[in-house]
Amino acid sequence: MQDGRPAGPDGQPVGPNRRACLAGAAGLAASWALPGSAAWAASEARQHLTIAAYPAVDKVIKAALPAFQALHPNVEVQVISREFADHHTAMTTALTTASNLPNLMTLEVDYLGRFARGIGLEDLTQPPYNALQYRDRFVQYAFDQATDKTGAVLAIPTDIGAGTLLYRADLMAKAGVTEADLTSSWESYVAAGLRVRAATGAYLLPNARDIKDIVIRTGIQPGEGLFYDKQSKALINTHRFHRAFELSLKVRQNKLDAQVRPWSSDWAEGFRRGAISTQMVGAWMAGHLNNWLAPTTRGLWRSAQLPEGAYAASGGTFYAIPRRSAPEMKPVAWEFIRMMTLSREQQLGAFKALDAFPALLETYDDPFFEQPIEFLGGQPGRLLWREAARRIKAVQVHKQDHFASEVVNTELDKVLDQGKSIEQALADAQRLIQSRALR
Amino acid sequence: MSQPLPAVSATTAAAVSPSTKSRRRTRLQLSTRWAPYVLLGPFLVLFVVFGLYPLLFSLYLAFQSWEPTSGLHAMQFVGFDNFAFALQDEWFWKSLSNTGWLALASGVPQHLVAIPVACFIHARIKRFRNLLVGAYFVPYITSTVAIAILFTSLFSTDYGLINSGLRAIWNGEPIDWLNKPGTIKPTIALLVFWRYVGFNVVLYLAALQTIPADLYEAATIDGAKAWQQFRYITLPSLRPAILFGVTLSVIGGLQLFEEPFILTNGKGGSDQAGMTTAFYLFRMAFDFNDFGAASAMSWLLFAVVAVLTWATHKALGRRT
Repeated sequence: MQDGRPAGPDGQPVGPNRRACLAGAAGLAASWALPGSAAWAASEARQHLTIAAYPAVDKVIKAALPAFQALHPNVEVQVISREFADHHTAMTTALTTASNLPNLMTLEVDYLGRFARGIGLEDLTQPPYNALQYRDRFVQYAFDQATDKTGAVLAIPTDIGAGTLLYRADLMAKAGVTEADLTSSWESYVAAGLRVRAATGAYLLPNARDIKDIVIRTGIQPGEGLFYDKQSKALINTHRFHRAFELSLKVRQNKLDAQVRPWSSDWAEGFRRGAISTQMVGAWMAGHLNNWLAPTTRGLWRSAQLPEGAYAASGGTFYAIPRRSAPEMKPVAWEFIRMMTLSREQQLGAFKALDAFPALLETYDDPFFEQPIEFLGGQPGRLLWREAARRIKAVQVHKQDHFASEVVNTELDKVLDQGKSIEQALADAQRLIQSRALR
Repeated sequence: MSQPLPAVSATTAAAVSPSTKSRRRTRLQLSTRWAPYVLLGPFLVLFVVFGLYPLLFSLYLAFQSWEPTSGLHAMQFVGFDNFAFALQDEWFWKSLSNTGWLALASGVPQHLVAIPVACFIHARIKRFRNLLVGAYFVPYITSTVAIAILFTSLFSTDYGLINSGLRAIWNGEPIDWLNKPGTIKPTIALLVFWRYVGFNVVLYLAALQTIPADLYEAATIDGAKAWQQFRYITLPSLRPAILFGVTLSVIGGLQLFEEPFILTNGKGGSDQAGMTTAFYLFRMAFDFNDFGAASAMSWLLFAVVAVLTWATHKALGRRT
């Protein structure tokens, strides 16, 4: 999940109500019994469980502590919170040295892919965890993201980021653009952007890279990753990258992107001033816009599925147990994971309070999904995001994905800013990414 | 556990023999043989833990292939593979090129500006000298993060003060300072220049105060003009300070990390135009999980720093 809060059911920023909601969830969870946990709970002596987390998962965890400690009064829980990047650097160091290892760590999906390359995380398919039995209870792509090539399950998903298209309905109306114009195809999306720019002066999207980021995720064949296939052969010089680069170039040539970086001050100002009309991103972004990025635009936004029937994930949080953490605490850590990920009440509590979109499928029939979101002008956007979550496919990760992504972005910059030909840019990216494949 | 105090009265204390006093004094004194080691001890311990050990570990790591999250035991000896990889990596060479560009563009002006400014302050400013020098020095001691946030706002494309000012005098397209390869480097260089020029002003001002005034008096009597005095007295006298300042600039410029890292949001900027070598090797380790190659690159960077520092000494050092 990302650090942000959603609009509540009434569309207001969630304040005191959030606490009440979490307390309620905690109370409900206390009455929820974990199969097989009673014998362990009865035998436990005074124990100390350390959990390392980043915002805002740390808030979700802290809110659940009363419920956990009601079930396990002899377990003292310490939550170590660090900023997002610091947390993952600290986890890398802890896994490296096996010192100051928490009993349980939260990992963002991008880092999970990298950590999965090593042997630092416990394989949760093995006894006593036997995590495979829970596979069907989770959104499929999220569970599969935590499964490595050997079939080992290295983490359990708790929240996901279903990709969505957020757009300014008022600007679209002014330009005479319908939602179908935005979503029927990538070409119609760009054409709609031309009309919006002409009628309102607003940019279609923050950066031309955004369109590339989604298009390269479409049409991935089974067993393929984003940048590499199973044999570590680079897949850059392929149709989806060609198309992604061509669409990005078309956006830039028509001055449809604001050319701003995500999370920069220009990016935030663009939303506040209505200078950016759409954003393709995880559904959690609606909460950011509502709470601090552009609260004055409340009611003006709408959500739609990504253009051309694309479905993509953006973000997501997992719980993992370090392999070399204290053995006696692993069962306790596993109990905590089970409570946080398999409890309908815990998952819904975090969803309602902190916009942590649930990974647990059992929550998907809750009426909360159907409630209108005031930030989206009363649209029940969670239904769209639920649909997207069910349709997203897991993409095989490769240890060089992060580097490959940087190379592709760099080559795209050369195409957009320096006039380099797409063919040459993709050929150069292919060569460089292939050269790193087996390192 | 505390020892019982001896029953010593004023009279018995006075009766303590000189030899006993001497023995007690000896127990408290360090022998001349061990004193240096004891006094140096705290520094040596800190140096070994935080200086020498990381250095040697980095050297060891440069010859290993390692997936860090698997633990220390997961290292595999690969000989010079990491060095060979680094030397063939086009991004490493690009980072070196960026580093050289930034070191020159930010370093040379620092000295070209600091020397005249220091001379001017030395010769003309008397009353508010300390205040002025303090003002020049403030950027050097200000938090890098605060500076980067300030500069990010100043250089904002659509809402920044710089572009607003430019718009008042020139009605062109707003300049995208932080997102275009052609403007990222000058922006970083400007920030580095602004941050360190004050340090060099203070350095040269201190050096100017050591030049005997009678040299200038004699030159004035001989009819030397201000420029001639600067050229033949001030500059040669500043040579040791210039050598020191340039050496620091060479080392600092080649290790440039914080400013480009923060201004480009830790990514290097468009076309990696702001990615210095120190920045790249950090990313190799912590973003791309390749600690072996990162260590090899750090030693290659060390070699470059050593060679250029030696060249600086050859160029600016004392000539006999």
